[in-house]
Amino acid sequence: MRESRLWFWHILTAVVILFLLGLHMGIMHMGTLVQALGLGSTHPTASAEVFERSRQFFFMITYIALLGTALFHGLYGFRSILCELSLSKTLQKAIGRLCTAAGFALFLYGTYVAVRVFQMKGV
Amino acid sequence: MQHRYKNNLGLWGWLGGGRYGADRYAYALHRLSGLGILAYFLMHIFVTGTRVDGPEAWESAMHFFENPLFRLGEFLVFLAFLYHAVNGIRLVLVELGLLVGKPGLPSYPYSHSVIRQRPVLVVAMVITAVLVLFAGADFLFLTK
Ligand code: HEM
Ligand code: HEM
Repeated sequence: MRESRLWFWHILTAVVILFLLGLHMGIMHMGTLVQALGLGSTHPTASAEVFERSRQFFFMITYIALLGTALFHGLYGFRSILCELSLSKTLQKAIGRLCTAAGFALFLYGTYVAVRVFQMKGV
Repeated sequence: MQHRYKNNLGLWGWLGGGRYGADRYAYALHRLSGLGILAYFLMHIFVTGTRVDGPEAWESAMHFFENPLFRLGEFLVFLAFLYHAVNGIRLVLVELGLLVGKPGLPSYPYSHSVIRQRPVLVVAMVITAVLVLFAGADFLFLTK
Protein backbone atom coordinates (compact mmCIF):
# COMPACT_ATOMS: atom_id res chain seq x y z
CA MET A 1 0.00 0.00 0.00
CA ARG A 2 1.15 3.53 -0.67
CA GLU A 3 2.87 5.23 2.24
CA SER A 4 0.49 8.22 2.20
CA ARG A 5 -2.45 5.86 2.58
CA LEU A 6 -0.84 3.99 5.49
CA TRP A 7 -0.15 7.36 7.13
CA PHE A 8 -3.79 8.35 6.66
CA TRP A 9 -4.84 5.13 8.40
CA HIS A 10 -2.45 5.95 11.22
CA ILE A 11 -4.33 9.24 11.78
CA LEU A 12 -7.76 7.66 11.30
CA THR A 13 -7.09 4.83 13.76
CA ALA A 14 -5.89 7.44 16.29
CA VAL A 15 -9.36 8.99 16.29
CA VAL A 16 -11.09 5.60 16.65
CA ILE A 17 -8.71 4.51 19.45
CA LEU A 18 -9.43 7.76 21.26
CA PHE A 19 -13.04 6.66 21.81
CA LEU A 20 -12.47 2.93 22.35
CA LEU A 21 -9.47 3.25 24.64
CA GLY A 22 -11.10 6.25 26.34
CA LEU A 23 -13.95 3.95 27.32
CA HIS A 24 -11.57 1.15 28.36
CA MET A 25 -9.44 3.47 30.49
CA GLY A 26 -12.52 5.12 31.97
CA ILE A 27 -13.70 1.72 33.17
CA MET A 28 -10.27 0.53 34.35
CA HIS A 29 -8.78 3.65 35.86
CA MET A 30 -11.34 6.23 36.75
CA GLY A 31 -13.02 3.98 39.28
CA THR A 32 -14.27 6.69 41.56
CA LEU A 33 -15.43 8.93 38.73
CA VAL A 34 -17.18 6.07 37.01
CA GLN A 35 -18.84 5.07 40.27
CA ALA A 36 -19.84 8.65 41.03
CA LEU A 37 -21.69 8.64 37.71
CA GLY A 38 -23.38 5.40 38.78
CA LEU A 39 -21.78 3.41 35.98
CA GLY A 40 -19.41 0.93 37.52
CA SER A 41 -17.38 -0.25 40.47
CA THR A 42 -13.94 0.30 41.93
CA HIS A 43 -12.77 -3.27 41.27
CA PRO A 44 -12.76 -3.51 37.50
CA THR A 45 -10.21 -6.35 37.31
CA ALA A 46 -12.04 -8.62 39.76
CA SER A 47 -12.80 -11.93 38.07
CA ALA A 48 -16.59 -11.63 38.30
CA GLU A 49 -16.59 -8.22 36.63
CA VAL A 50 -14.10 -9.16 33.95
CA PHE A 51 -16.19 -12.14 32.85
CA GLU A 52 -19.42 -10.20 33.19
CA ARG A 53 -18.09 -7.65 30.66
CA SER A 54 -16.41 -10.17 28.39
CA ARG A 55 -19.67 -12.04 27.92
CA GLN A 56 -21.45 -8.98 26.56
CA PHE A 57 -21.64 -8.61 22.79
CA PHE A 58 -20.86 -4.90 23.01
CA PHE A 59 -17.55 -5.46 24.77
CA MET A 60 -16.51 -8.32 22.52
CA ILE A 61 -16.96 -6.10 19.46
CA THR A 62 -15.21 -3.08 21.00
CA TYR A 63 -12.28 -5.27 22.12
CA ILE A 64 -11.78 -6.68 18.66
CA ALA A 65 -12.00 -3.19 17.16
CA LEU A 66 -9.54 -1.80 19.72
CA LEU A 67 -7.24 -4.73 19.12
CA GLY A 68 -7.11 -4.10 15.37
CA THR A 69 -6.83 -0.31 15.48
CA ALA A 70 -4.28 -0.19 18.32
CA LEU A 71 -2.11 -2.87 16.72
CA PHE A 72 -2.03 -1.04 13.40
CA HIS A 73 -1.49 2.39 14.96
CA GLY A 74 1.17 1.22 17.42
CA LEU A 75 3.13 -1.00 15.04
CA TYR A 76 3.00 1.53 12.20
CA GLY A 77 4.31 4.17 14.63
CA PHE A 78 7.05 1.79 15.74
CA ARG A 79 8.03 1.09 12.15
CA SER A 80 8.13 4.83 11.36
CA ILE A 81 10.50 5.42 14.26
CA LEU A 82 12.86 2.66 13.09
CA CYS A 83 12.72 3.81 9.47
CA GLU A 84 13.96 7.25 10.50
CA LEU A 85 17.31 5.70 11.38
CA SER A 86 18.82 5.84 7.87
CA LEU A 87 18.34 2.12 7.35
CA SER A 88 18.85 0.40 4.00
CA LYS A 89 15.77 -0.21 1.83
CA THR A 90 16.08 -3.97 2.39
CA LEU A 91 16.08 -3.58 6.16
CA GLN A 92 13.13 -1.17 6.01
CA LYS A 93 11.17 -3.72 3.98
CA ALA A 94 12.05 -6.52 6.42
CA ILE A 95 10.90 -4.41 9.39
CA GLY A 96 7.65 -3.62 7.59
CA ARG A 97 7.00 -7.30 6.90
CA LEU A 98 7.86 -8.32 10.46
CA CYS A 99 5.48 -5.71 11.92
CA THR A 100 2.71 -6.80 9.55
CA ALA A 101 3.16 -10.47 10.43
CA ALA A 102 3.29 -9.77 14.18
CA GLY A 103 0.23 -7.53 13.91
CA PHE A 104 -1.86 -10.15 12.12
CA ALA A 105 -0.76 -12.95 14.48
CA LEU A 106 -1.61 -10.91 17.59
CA PHE A 107 -4.90 -9.79 16.08
CA LEU A 108 -5.91 -13.39 15.39
CA TYR A 109 -4.93 -14.53 18.88
CA GLY A 110 -6.70 -11.61 20.62
CA THR A 111 -9.83 -12.09 18.53
CA TYR A 112 -9.85 -15.80 19.36
CA VAL A 113 -9.68 -14.91 23.07
CA ALA A 114 -12.45 -12.30 22.86
CA VAL A 115 -14.79 -14.64 20.96
CA ARG A 116 -14.06 -17.70 23.12
CA VAL A 117 -14.65 -15.85 26.39
CA PHE A 118 -17.83 -14.32 24.94
CA GLN A 119 -19.12 -17.83 24.27
CA MET A 120 -18.20 -19.26 27.70
CA LYS A 121 -21.11 -20.55 29.69
CA GLY A 122 -21.62 -20.53 33.46
CA VAL A 123 -18.70 -18.29 34.47
CA MET B 1 23.27 3.76 -4.87
CA GLN B 2 20.44 5.41 -3.04
CA HIS B 3 21.57 8.49 -1.14
CA ARG B 4 21.00 8.24 2.57
CA TYR B 5 21.17 11.16 4.94
CA LYS B 6 23.13 10.24 8.06
CA ASN B 7 20.81 11.23 10.85
CA ASN B 8 21.96 8.90 13.59
CA LEU B 9 22.37 11.51 16.26
CA GLY B 10 22.06 9.14 19.19
CA LEU B 11 19.68 9.44 22.09
CA TRP B 12 19.96 13.22 22.33
CA GLY B 13 19.04 13.46 18.66
CA TRP B 14 15.74 11.90 19.64
CA LEU B 15 15.05 13.48 22.98
CA GLY B 16 16.67 16.89 22.72
CA GLY B 17 14.62 19.94 21.78
CA GLY B 18 17.51 21.86 20.22
CA ARG B 19 16.42 25.18 18.79
CA TYR B 20 12.91 23.89 18.16
CA GLY B 21 11.73 24.43 21.71
CA ALA B 22 8.48 23.35 23.32
CA ASP B 23 6.94 21.66 20.28
CA ARG B 24 9.99 19.44 19.91
CA TYR B 25 9.80 18.30 23.55
CA ALA B 26 6.08 17.64 23.11
CA TYR B 27 7.03 15.45 20.13
CA ALA B 28 9.71 13.54 22.08
CA LEU B 29 7.23 12.87 24.87
CA HIS B 30 4.59 11.79 22.34
CA ARG B 31 7.03 9.29 20.90
CA LEU B 32 8.06 8.00 24.34
CA SER B 33 4.46 7.66 25.52
CA GLY B 34 3.48 5.89 22.27
CA LEU B 35 6.26 3.35 22.67
CA GLY B 36 5.42 2.84 26.35
CA ILE B 37 1.75 2.15 25.60
CA LEU B 38 2.74 -0.19 22.76
CA ALA B 39 5.08 -2.23 24.98
CA TYR B 40 2.35 -2.55 27.61
CA PHE B 41 -0.29 -3.39 25.02
CA LEU B 42 1.75 -6.24 23.49
CA MET B 43 2.11 -7.87 26.92
CA HIS B 44 -1.49 -7.01 27.76
CA ILE B 45 -2.77 -9.15 24.87
CA PHE B 46 -1.17 -12.23 26.45
CA VAL B 47 -2.12 -11.36 30.03
CA THR B 48 -5.80 -10.82 29.14
CA GLY B 49 -5.52 -14.00 27.04
CA THR B 50 -5.47 -16.01 30.29
CA ARG B 51 -9.24 -15.37 30.46
CA VAL B 52 -9.65 -18.19 27.97
CA ASP B 53 -8.68 -20.70 30.68
CA GLY B 54 -11.40 -19.52 33.01
CA PRO B 55 -11.74 -17.46 36.19
CA GLU B 56 -9.06 -19.39 38.15
CA ALA B 57 -6.42 -18.74 35.51
CA TRP B 58 -7.42 -15.06 35.40
CA GLU B 59 -7.25 -14.76 39.20
CA SER B 60 -3.82 -16.33 39.41
CA ALA B 61 -2.55 -13.98 36.68
CA MET B 62 -4.00 -11.00 38.58
CA HIS B 63 -2.47 -12.32 41.80
CA PHE B 64 0.94 -12.22 40.13
CA PHE B 65 0.49 -8.56 39.17
CA GLU B 66 -0.91 -7.52 42.52
CA ASN B 67 2.04 -5.60 43.92
CA PRO B 68 2.91 -1.90 44.20
CA LEU B 69 5.44 -2.05 41.36
CA PHE B 70 2.94 -3.29 38.77
CA ARG B 71 0.25 -0.97 40.14
CA LEU B 72 2.59 1.96 39.61
CA GLY B 73 3.48 0.66 36.14
CA GLU B 74 -0.18 0.51 35.16
CA PHE B 75 -0.73 4.00 36.50
CA LEU B 76 2.18 5.25 34.37
CA VAL B 77 0.59 3.61 31.32
CA PHE B 78 -2.58 5.50 32.15
CA LEU B 79 -0.67 8.81 32.38
CA ALA B 80 1.06 8.03 29.07
CA PHE B 81 -2.38 7.42 27.57
CA LEU B 82 -3.71 10.77 28.87
CA TYR B 83 -0.78 12.69 27.41
CA HIS B 84 -0.66 10.76 24.13
CA ALA B 85 -4.42 11.14 23.63
CA VAL B 86 -4.66 14.90 24.28
CA ASN B 87 -1.46 15.75 22.41
CA GLY B 88 -2.55 13.30 19.68
CA ILE B 89 -5.75 15.28 19.07
CA ARG B 90 -3.61 18.40 18.66
CA LEU B 91 -1.32 16.56 16.23
CA VAL B 92 -4.23 15.30 14.16
CA LEU B 93 -5.47 18.89 13.80
CA VAL B 94 -1.98 20.12 12.93
CA GLU B 95 -1.25 17.35 10.44
CA LEU B 96 -4.55 17.75 8.64
CA GLY B 97 -3.54 21.40 8.18
CA LEU B 98 -6.40 22.77 10.27
CA LEU B 99 -4.22 24.94 12.51
CA VAL B 100 -1.87 26.36 9.92
CA GLY B 101 -3.83 29.56 9.39
CA LYS B 102 -4.41 31.62 6.27
CA PRO B 103 -1.49 32.60 4.05
CA GLY B 104 -0.54 36.25 4.21
CA LEU B 105 2.14 38.75 3.28
CA PRO B 106 5.38 38.41 5.27
CA SER B 107 5.11 41.78 6.96
CA TYR B 108 6.64 42.73 10.29
CA PRO B 109 6.08 41.46 13.03
CA TYR B 110 6.51 38.12 11.29
CA SER B 111 4.19 35.29 12.16
CA HIS B 112 4.51 31.63 11.29
CA SER B 113 2.44 28.53 11.79
CA VAL B 114 4.37 27.31 14.84
CA ILE B 115 3.61 30.57 16.66
CA ARG B 116 -0.01 30.50 15.52
CA GLN B 117 -0.36 26.93 16.81
CA ARG B 118 1.33 27.63 20.14
CA PRO B 119 -1.89 28.49 22.07
CA VAL B 120 -3.28 25.09 21.10
CA LEU B 121 -0.20 23.42 22.58
CA VAL B 122 -0.66 25.39 25.80
CA VAL B 123 -4.35 24.48 26.01
CA ALA B 124 -3.54 20.80 25.35
CA MET B 125 -0.93 20.77 28.13
CA VAL B 126 -3.31 22.44 30.59
CA ILE B 127 -6.01 19.86 29.82
CA THR B 128 -3.45 17.05 30.26
CA ALA B 129 -2.29 18.52 33.58
CA VAL B 130 -5.85 18.70 34.92
CA LEU B 131 -6.53 15.09 33.87
CA VAL B 132 -3.23 13.92 35.38
CA LEU B 133 -4.04 15.65 38.69
CA PHE B 134 -7.45 14.06 38.79
CA ALA B 135 -6.04 10.63 37.90
CA GLY B 136 -3.31 11.04 40.53
CA ALA B 137 -5.88 11.85 43.22
CA ASP B 138 -7.94 8.86 42.12
CA PHE B 139 -4.88 6.59 42.23
CA LEU B 140 -3.44 7.82 45.53
CA PHE B 141 -6.44 8.59 47.69
CA LEU B 142 -9.68 7.30 46.30
CA THR B 143 -9.26 3.83 44.80
CA LYS B 144 -8.30 0.99 47.10
C1 HEM C 1 -5.65 7.64 22.51
C2 HEM C 1 -5.71 7.75 21.26
C3 HEM C 1 -4.50 8.04 20.40
C4 HEM C 1 -4.31 9.16 19.66
C5 HEM C 1 -5.28 10.34 19.51
C6 HEM C 1 -3.03 9.02 19.01
C7 HEM C 1 -2.48 9.94 18.12
C8 HEM C 1 -1.29 9.81 17.50
C9 HEM C 1 -0.81 10.65 16.40
C10 HEM C 1 -1.58 11.81 15.78
C11 HEM C 1 0.42 10.20 16.05
C12 HEM C 1 1.28 10.72 14.90
C13 HEM C 1 2.31 11.65 15.30
C14 HEM C 1 3.08 12.10 14.10
O1 HEM C 1 2.70 11.79 12.97
O2 HEM C 1 4.07 12.76 14.32
C15 HEM C 1 0.75 9.09 16.93
C16 HEM C 1 1.94 8.40 16.89
C17 HEM C 1 2.18 7.23 17.60
N1 HEM C 1 1.29 6.56 18.42
FE1 HEM C 1 -0.55 7.19 18.90
N2 HEM C 1 -2.44 7.83 19.39
C18 HEM C 1 -3.32 7.19 20.24
C19 HEM C 1 -3.13 5.95 20.84
C20 HEM C 1 -1.99 5.16 20.71
C21 HEM C 1 -1.84 3.80 21.24
C22 HEM C 1 -2.92 3.02 21.99
C23 HEM C 1 -0.56 3.38 20.92
C24 HEM C 1 0.11 2.06 21.21
C25 HEM C 1 -0.46 0.92 21.01
C26 HEM C 1 0.08 4.48 20.20
C27 HEM C 1 1.37 4.45 19.70
C28 HEM C 1 1.92 5.41 18.89
C29 HEM C 1 3.28 5.36 18.36
C30 HEM C 1 4.31 4.26 18.64
C31 HEM C 1 3.45 6.50 17.56
C32 HEM C 1 4.68 6.90 16.75
C33 HEM C 1 5.39 8.06 17.40
C34 HEM C 1 6.40 8.73 16.52
O3 HEM C 1 6.41 8.55 15.30
O4 HEM C 1 7.16 9.51 17.08
N3 HEM C 1 -0.82 5.53 20.09
N4 HEM C 1 -0.31 8.86 17.80
C1 HEM D 1 -3.19 0.24 32.01
C2 HEM D 1 -4.32 -0.13 32.32
C3 HEM D 1 -5.17 -1.21 31.72
C4 HEM D 1 -5.91 -2.07 32.45
C5 HEM D 1 -6.03 -2.14 33.97
C6 HEM D 1 -6.59 -2.95 31.50
C7 HEM D 1 -7.41 -4.01 31.87
C8 HEM D 1 -8.01 -4.91 31.01
C9 HEM D 1 -8.80 -6.05 31.41
C10 HEM D 1 -9.12 -6.42 32.86
C11 HEM D 1 -9.21 -6.69 30.28
C12 HEM D 1 -10.09 -7.96 30.21
C13 HEM D 1 -11.46 -7.68 29.72
C14 HEM D 1 -12.34 -6.95 30.69
O1 HEM D 1 -12.10 -6.97 31.90
O2 HEM D 1 -13.33 -6.33 30.26
C15 HEM D 1 -8.67 -5.96 29.15
C16 HEM D 1 -8.84 -6.30 27.83
C17 HEM D 1 -8.32 -5.60 26.75
N1 HEM D 1 -7.56 -4.44 26.81
FE1 HEM D 1 -6.93 -3.49 28.49
N2 HEM D 1 -6.26 -2.58 30.23
C18 HEM D 1 -5.39 -1.53 30.29
C19 HEM D 1 -4.80 -0.89 29.21
C20 HEM D 1 -5.02 -1.17 27.88
C21 HEM D 1 -4.42 -0.48 26.75
C22 HEM D 1 -3.43 0.67 26.88
C23 HEM D 1 -4.91 -1.06 25.61
C24 HEM D 1 -4.67 -0.74 24.16
C25 HEM D 1 -3.71 -0.12 23.66
C26 HEM D 1 -5.82 -2.12 26.02
C27 HEM D 1 -6.51 -2.94 25.15
C28 HEM D 1 -7.26 -4.05 25.52
C29 HEM D 1 -7.88 -4.98 24.58
C30 HEM D 1 -7.78 -4.91 23.05
C31 HEM D 1 -8.53 -5.95 25.35
C32 HEM D 1 -9.30 -7.20 24.83
C33 HEM D 1 -8.30 -8.31 24.62
C34 HEM D 1 -8.93 -9.58 24.08
O3 HEM D 1 -10.09 -9.88 24.41
O4 HEM D 1 -8.23 -10.29 23.34
N3 HEM D 1 -5.87 -2.15 27.40
N4 HEM D 1 -7.93 -4.88 29.63
